[in-house]
Amino acid sequence: MNNNSTDPVSVTDAAATALLQSRVELALEEAKKAGATTAEANVSRSQGVSVNVRKGEVETVEHNRDKSLVVSCYVGDHVGSASTSDFSDDAVRSSVRAAVAIAKKTAGDPAIGLADPQLMATEFPDLGLLHPWEVSIDELIDIATRTEAAALSVDKRITNTEGGSASSHEGSDVYGNSHGFMGTLSASRHGYSCSVIGESDGSMQRDYWYSSARDARDLDTPEAVGLKTAERTLRRLGSKQMATTRCPVVYEAPIASGVVGHFIGAIRGSSLYRKASFLVDSQGKEVWAKGVRIHEEPHLYKGMGSSPYDGEGVATQARDIVTDGVVQGYVLASYSARKLGLETTGNAGGVRNLVIEPGDLDLDGILRQMGKGLLVTELIGFGVNTVTGDYSRGASGFWVEDGAIAYPVEEITIAGNLADMFKGVAAIGNDVDDRGNVRSGSIMIDELTVAGG
Amino acid sequence: MTNPNQDVASRARELLLAPAGIDNNDLDRLMAQVTGPGVDYADLYFQYSRQESWSLEEGQVKSGSHSIDQGVGVRAVSGEKTGFAYSDEFVLPALTDAAKAARAISRQGGNGSHAVSWSGGALPALYRPLDPLESLDDDAKVALLEKVEAEARAQDPRVTEVMASLTGSQDVILVARADGHIGADIRPLVRLNVTVIVEQDGRREQAGFGGGGRYAYDYFIDEDRCLGYAHEAVRQALVNLEAVPAPAGTMQVVLGPGWPGILLHEAIGHGLEGDFNRKGTSAFAGRIGEQVASKGCTVVDDGTLADRRGSLSVDDEGTAPQNTVLIEDGILTGYMQDVTNARLMGVEPTGNGRRESYAHLPMPRMTNTYMHNGEHDPAEILASVKNGLYAVNFGGGQVDITSGKFVFSASEAYLIEDGKIAAPVKGATLIGNGPDVLTRVSMIGNDLALDSGVGTCGKEGQSVPVGVGQPTMRIDGLTVGGVEV
Repeated sequence: MNNNSTDPVSVTDAAATALLQSRVELALEEAKKAGATTAEANVSRSQGVSVNVRKGEVETVEHNRDKSLVVSCYVGDHVGSASTSDFSDDAVRSSVRAAVAIAKKTAGDPAIGLADPQLMATEFPDLGLLHPWEVSIDELIDIATRTEAAALSVDKRITNTEGGSASSHEGSDVYGNSHGFMGTLSASRHGYSCSVIGESDGSMQRDYWYSSARDARDLDTPEAVGLKTAERTLRRLGSKQMATTRCPVVYEAPIASGVVGHFIGAIRGSSLYRKASFLVDSQGKEVWAKGVRIHEEPHLYKGMGSSPYDGEGVATQARDIVTDGVVQGYVLASYSARKLGLETTGNAGGVRNLVIEPGDLDLDGILRQMGKGLLVTELIGFGVNTVTGDYSRGASGFWVEDGAIAYPVEEITIAGNLADMFKGVAAIGNDVDDRGNVRSGSIMIDELTVAGG
Repeated sequence: MTNPNQDVASRARELLLAPAGIDNNDLDRLMAQVTGPGVDYADLYFQYSRQESWSLEEGQVKSGSHSIDQGVGVRAVSGEKTGFAYSDEFVLPALTDAAKAARAISRQGGNGSHAVSWSGGALPALYRPLDPLESLDDDAKVALLEKVEAEARAQDPRVTEVMASLTGSQDVILVARADGHIGADIRPLVRLNVTVIVEQDGRREQAGFGGGGRYAYDYFIDEDRCLGYAHEAVRQALVNLEAVPAPAGTMQVVLGPGWPGILLHEAIGHGLEGDFNRKGTSAFAGRIGEQVASKGCTVVDDGTLADRRGSLSVDDEGTAPQNTVLIEDGILTGYMQDVTNARLMGVEPTGNGRRESYAHLPMPRMTNTYMHNGEHDPAEILASVKNGLYAVNFGGGQVDITSGKFVFSASEAYLIEDGKIAAPVKGATLIGNGPDVLTRVSMIGNDLALDSGVGTCGKEGQSVPVGVGQPTMRIDGLTVGGVEV
């Protein structure tokens, strides 16, 4: 055993994944012994380092090492779950017993159970998710330092900083169930980020930027991240409140994914069968503006959301969720699908690489198309009601006149109803932000209410 | 006479240290790995926590889960640098590894040696060292949720769906500091939530209510509290069925007592946390002694309230909780501090050092944040408003501590017309500027209430339970994010 913590034991090599597989097997065997008719288990382990540098000095070095085992035991159509961070045989056994004990107390429902066996994934293509990065803590400190230094050197109005950071993480995840399915995924994630503060006329503004990728070779340079951070911070200086009005609103690409996220929340199985959504019975209906296409691409090479199977072992596949504005299908796992009399869409655990098909214009082109209105670059708060579609959130960004940014605005809200907003999409940009699980360009909505002074 | 806190400390040792065979000499040996030249402060944080949750929908409790998490966090601080590592294995080799990794933050060589006399401060316990999970048998937990469900449905035929959840946890912690100080705590926490969906003429609305604190589950049965939650959820949902679109723009706003205190948490609380002020990144940095609120506004962060969700008998760094006055009669008087930021700012810690778990670093965090009473009758405050908004229940909130802009979203609100409560309005986000919103407070009620015990605060990815409270309050100018121009 290697006891040197700066050179930890791999959590992604064959020995590491074999250990996780053995824990899944043990949990499934113990479940059977404890009286479960079927069972599933998910065992994962990850590790990494993140460093934060502020004003050129190291602020924190954090070593992360996590592991967990989650087991669900089914007794007929009853279910119970338990989890533990202890992988010992005894801990696995007592978790299984706890899950079975819960299953014996919960009410049955014919919709409860593993996903159907014929839906299990049988192909496991290499999705390029694991790219270990041989990086030392000193190198990470150097990267974080360069990122911050690049941001601080741009302009003397950058007066303070929350620092630069760099991190590298990798881990493995094994899912197995009593259909005999066992899947193993190892993945890595590396990144840098930066956040600085600008000051003018006695008031401060902060902004941030980051780069994140499965493979460190795909990251932007630390200097590029720092420069972007500084630009985003400086452009906010001098922000003021604007007057209350109704106008078109453009969501800048990094936050446009949120608008699509609210749609996904409303067509998720759990929202639909409880009728806790304004999009109940929306399949086959025109919910978005004509021309809008939203699709899921679970097998993108190096994708942040890529996986050959979902959280129940069901094979994932590329599909359209919205075509030409019309809803093609929901976002379902086995339980919610059965409640709705439908088949699972392989979305246990959520959507995987959701793509909003880009249009032809870049952000400047969209602002020119809008002419006069609001460009939103940051949203805060939680004012979204999935049951009614009512939407009201805090915002900051820029007032746009004659197709160009006029001045920065803050302390405003934007409000409307999601149903109208989806129908009111007037443009989708080609400035796609591909750093996360939802890939969208900037989105323009024809009208929202902006509340200000 | 037995000291109940010494009982807590010895029970924590039994649960956390004894199974791994860790004694005081081992603590010395571990601490010797962390401390040494260049290290100003170090601590070891042992934690064992158990949690369960049961949830009901469609009239039945169909799912339940149980989890166990345990581990040790090791921290070494050298000037403004912090090294941090943790292990989820309570065995000495793993802990020694973590200690060495944390220690690497100080580049100075040399082996530490460590021998102190380990002692625990006897702090008064603010809650009993209960184990909520064992406080009811599983059948009774299921029955409790079923009773809440039946009560909600019985309130009104327009109730179409009821969802309810019951969660309980027990968190056993022991923190050992390099100076020999040991703090220990056994923290129970329970929560019950009810969400209902109502439908009328094709229109659907949803509302929820819940409560809890550092109790066992009998808290929900006593005084029929659980039934009260069901009544309140249904009442709010039915109000929302009648709601009209909210107005947009800046207007007079009256906030009701209790949970609307989330305004204080977002608008000023976060901005007064020590880390942001040490770094000068808060809109409140360097403003101690300045007037930041109207006369009559006194706001405290009080971790010493018995049994409250946000209270701690000892914080996660072994510091005693206290009642910290943040704003006194309108004047900014203090920040909330953990050990590290207090040391770097040359002040005393205030018992606000908190962490989500052993796998997270402590930071200055709020406990129970509330405003003291004023002198006005709430009815008098409402009567004083010609046109405005009366907001009595809220969802979540958020703040940008640098620009000071904060939001919180109303889930139950009414128009005020000629001093009277008029039509209910749909949920709307309210936005304001932290450093000046309290200067617009023009009337404070005499009806201080604390929230029912459901608050969770997120900061830098870490969640901790908190409380808020306030009396009825009139604010002359807050931007309401409705749709009606």
